[in-house]
Amino acid sequence: MIPRTPDILGVLPELIWCGFGVFLMLLQPFLKNRQALTFFAMLGASLGTLSTFFAGSGIGFGGLVMFDTYSLFFHWLVGLVSFLVILSADSYLQREGLDSAEFYALILFATAGMGVLASAQELLTAFIGLEMSSISSYILAGYRRDSIKSSESAMKYFLLGSFATAFFLYGIALVYGVTGSTALGKLADADPSSTLLHLGLTLILVGLGFKVAAAPFQVWTPDVYEGAPTPVTALFSAGPKAAAFALLLRIFATVHAATTYWFWAFWVLAALTMFVGNLGAVVQSNVKRLLAYSSIAHAGYILVAMASVTTLAADERLGPIGAYAAVLFYLLSYSLVSVGAFTIVSELGGRGERYLTIDDLAGLATRQPFTAATLAIFLLSLLGLPITAGFLGKLYIFTAALNSNLYWLAVLMAINSVIGAYYYFRVIVVMYMHEYKGPLPADAPTGLSATALMVVAVTVIATIYLGLWPNQILSLLTSQNPMLTAR
Amino acid sequence: MAISGNLLTVLLFFPLVGVLAIMLLSKDDHPWIRRISLLVGIVEFLLSFLPVWAISPGTAGYKLEVFHQWIATPAINYHLGVDGISIFLVHLITLLTPIGILASWNDVKHRVKEFHIMLLLLEVGVIGIFLSLDLFLFFLFWEFGLIPLAFLIGIWGHERRIYAAIKFILYTMGGSIFMLVGMIWLYNKTGTFDLPALQALVHSGALTLTPGAEMLLFLSFFVAFAIKVPLFPFHTWLPDAHTEAPTAGSVDLAGVLLKTGAYGLIRICLPLFPDAARRAAPYVAVLAIISIIYGALVALVQPNLKRLVAYSSVSHMGFVVLGIFAFTNVALQGAVFLMIAHGISTGALFLLVGMLYERRHTFEISEFGGLVKPMPRYAAFFLFAALSSLGLPLLNGFVGEFLVLIGTYQAHWKWAAWAATGVILSACYLLWAYQRVFFGEITQAKNRDLPDVNPREKWVLVAMCFFMVWLGVHTRFFTLRFAASCQEILMQMNRNVMHEVALPGVIAYPAGTAALNSTAISMERPR
Repeated sequence: MIPRTPDILGVLPELIWCGFGVFLMLLQPFLKNRQALTFFAMLGASLGTLSTFFAGSGIGFGGLVMFDTYSLFFHWLVGLVSFLVILSADSYLQREGLDSAEFYALILFATAGMGVLASAQELLTAFIGLEMSSISSYILAGYRRDSIKSSESAMKYFLLGSFATAFFLYGIALVYGVTGSTALGKLADADPSSTLLHLGLTLILVGLGFKVAAAPFQVWTPDVYEGAPTPVTALFSAGPKAAAFALLLRIFATVHAATTYWFWAFWVLAALTMFVGNLGAVVQSNVKRLLAYSSIAHAGYILVAMASVTTLAADERLGPIGAYAAVLFYLLSYSLVSVGAFTIVSELGGRGERYLTIDDLAGLATRQPFTAATLAIFLLSLLGLPITAGFLGKLYIFTAALNSNLYWLAVLMAINSVIGAYYYFRVIVVMYMHEYKGPLPADAPTGLSATALMVVAVTVIATIYLGLWPNQILSLLTSQNPMLTAR
Repeated sequence: MAISGNLLTVLLFFPLVGVLAIMLLSKDDHPWIRRISLLVGIVEFLLSFLPVWAISPGTAGYKLEVFHQWIATPAINYHLGVDGISIFLVHLITLLTPIGILASWNDVKHRVKEFHIMLLLLEVGVIGIFLSLDLFLFFLFWEFGLIPLAFLIGIWGHERRIYAAIKFILYTMGGSIFMLVGMIWLYNKTGTFDLPALQALVHSGALTLTPGAEMLLFLSFFVAFAIKVPLFPFHTWLPDAHTEAPTAGSVDLAGVLLKTGAYGLIRICLPLFPDAARRAAPYVAVLAIISIIYGALVALVQPNLKRLVAYSSVSHMGFVVLGIFAFTNVALQGAVFLMIAHGISTGALFLLVGMLYERRHTFEISEFGGLVKPMPRYAAFFLFAALSSLGLPLLNGFVGEFLVLIGTYQAHWKWAAWAATGVILSACYLLWAYQRVFFGEITQAKNRDLPDVNPREKWVLVAMCFFMVWLGVHTRFFTLRFAASCQEILMQMNRNVMHEVALPGVIAYPAGTAALNSTAISMERPR
């Protein structure tokens, strides 16, 4: 089949991202200037994101992908995330003495994979997107080759990740066996009482649960997040997670069999994930691990909204739009905050990522007031304090949960928020109220690099802006039912 | 019109001007940081008197309302307003902020810039709590005020400051998150966060909740407020936070932060969940009485002077809660009055204890004794504040406790009888502590030549004593303005009653405190 223009337009962002990735790889032997490479990478990321304006609206490749408002949102999200990650990686790669061209190319390939995940209308296409983003991620996790931790991280991610993709693939096979199709549209009409279909969907849920780090499939997260280069960790916590949630939401909100019977699965996953993430974070002494566990906890909060989606989708009167918007808004706010926080952590780590314990942050408020203040804002947003995006995100999830009568889940989420308050606030306490013990090491970082400063400024402003004036984003998320055409 | 339309917005955000100005200063420019924040504090105090003209005596309802749409979904509005109850609580914080700045003029020496920024931010948060007429906005300021105070305790506090700060944060967050869940639940039922709209819905009977649901909602708010007040089983954060906080922090904490909890009970719990409040009242009253007696007994045996004052707050706030849950107009007026009075007298006691700490760096009562010889003026001020706290007639504490006891007696004489023991106990612990600190022989050589109050301290204390006397003598100025609002709250607790026409007996007060009390007794109790 020869692709027609609408087909091409439907995957235009992915084409640009991949094209720039290949271009950077080819450029590497000839161009030794790191800044120029960073510039091209950022150009690619932003051009790909901006090309969504020209992307066709509708079904492409005979129903394999569809570019709707929903995938537009996720293309913007992952494009923005990779743009910010490239920007924050610039000073990191220089400090660690790592090649930048491959790094950027891999990030762009991963972004393209996430884009495919967001607009996939068919399970095998989704699988390709998942693999594109996963394989790039495995390499990125091990990018600090001479560090044992980084290699361990890549190995662990690869082994467990392949395991999870296998689950996903088995799930697709079973679903295909029952329905004779892998298209989501066909799945919607499948007999909802078929046991095999349920088994298939369970396996898909397990596979994607791994990608979003939902308990009990979260075991890899702390190690991988800790070992991977910090900008990559920023990417992991935002991009692939959002893309996997995009697919999860699309499957479990559009496929009738998935919607009606999966309430308890999400209920249990959400409760377990919140508790594992928050209780795990309480005992951490390494900031990266703490943020890794917190990322698990936040996946748990989003799963609460997913549980609410599965309840509300069956309810004709209310409809699930509020819960969709909650998921999307939360993903947006969490991604921004997470990229910002990891960027700061990356800068504070110093050469070889040595200063990453919470105690290393002691007295940061007096040494680097701006850095401490912004990190505090990020932590307060994660904690869910008013006038930050994180607070409104949590508010919308609470609203969705109570709307769908998930009272107990809302109470569990409230309890978890308090546990979260403890460890986020502990970091703030250390930054503001403790003094650094002993003399400061000579190679300790003294400030943010210019590029990191840009990332932090963008994310802080966005966090406060979304916390104060969310109207525009929300109307984008709620005015059009993102699933309208998929049904 | 333009000014009155935005007066509350200006009042709310004016301290931020000070924050910006201080941010622009160099961090070592301590004198100017102090001067500017003091200036902003004083201007804010004067500003806060402007709304009083809008509150004519004997009328209820919200005045000077500001309304702007803010967030579309869920419908959150920027809705401010002031009535007879909230205006005086706003005065309390605008008074105590400059007082706190003055009190820490020499006390706070490191990170002066951040200290004053935090004090002014705290002022914004607390004023926001009292002025918000949107539940969501209320919650927003409720959480917002938490952070500056936690920083005040954690950075400029005493030895165990970090423990106290974290404990404070976790207790209040733990309470407020359930309040948030309750709020959203209410929103899902009604589609609005607007407090007057919700009150109208409840009052007109348009919103009917099952008893179980109403009780759960009531509890979700009540626990948050009870932690802040603090009521007996939730009080354990308070002694730590108070004792470890710097003087200005303790003054703001005891003076105003505790009142936000009681204010929430009056403004939200009573009008929105009247039936649940009535059913819970006996249990709440028991907790309040336990707070009164338990707080006083623990204060009696405290070896630490600051902890003693902290526990006395538990005891006094028990009176406030008892007054609120007696559901009589007199008791409610007493509760509101006691909130203001307690803010002044306990604030003064914390200032005095802080001054002693500046001189001796200890709060242990056993370290002192015979201080009246080296510090006669200080001893006089302390006695004045102690007498006002224990309720000497003609001073502020007396009026509040007396009104609470009378009002409670009208409804439940047994509650009043139990609570009255607290009055006696407060005399015991305060006077006994006074005797141990100021009389007897000077046991420690260090105490022999302690300097007496300096002019700065003297004027701070004179200002506090002035307000103690003013509140105690010219009580009518205050009660006239909040009596109708209190009546309104109680009227709102009765469903399907046309309350606009049913406001008898609150408009005309004969002059004078004694006369006030006699009319107060004869006033009819709402059914």
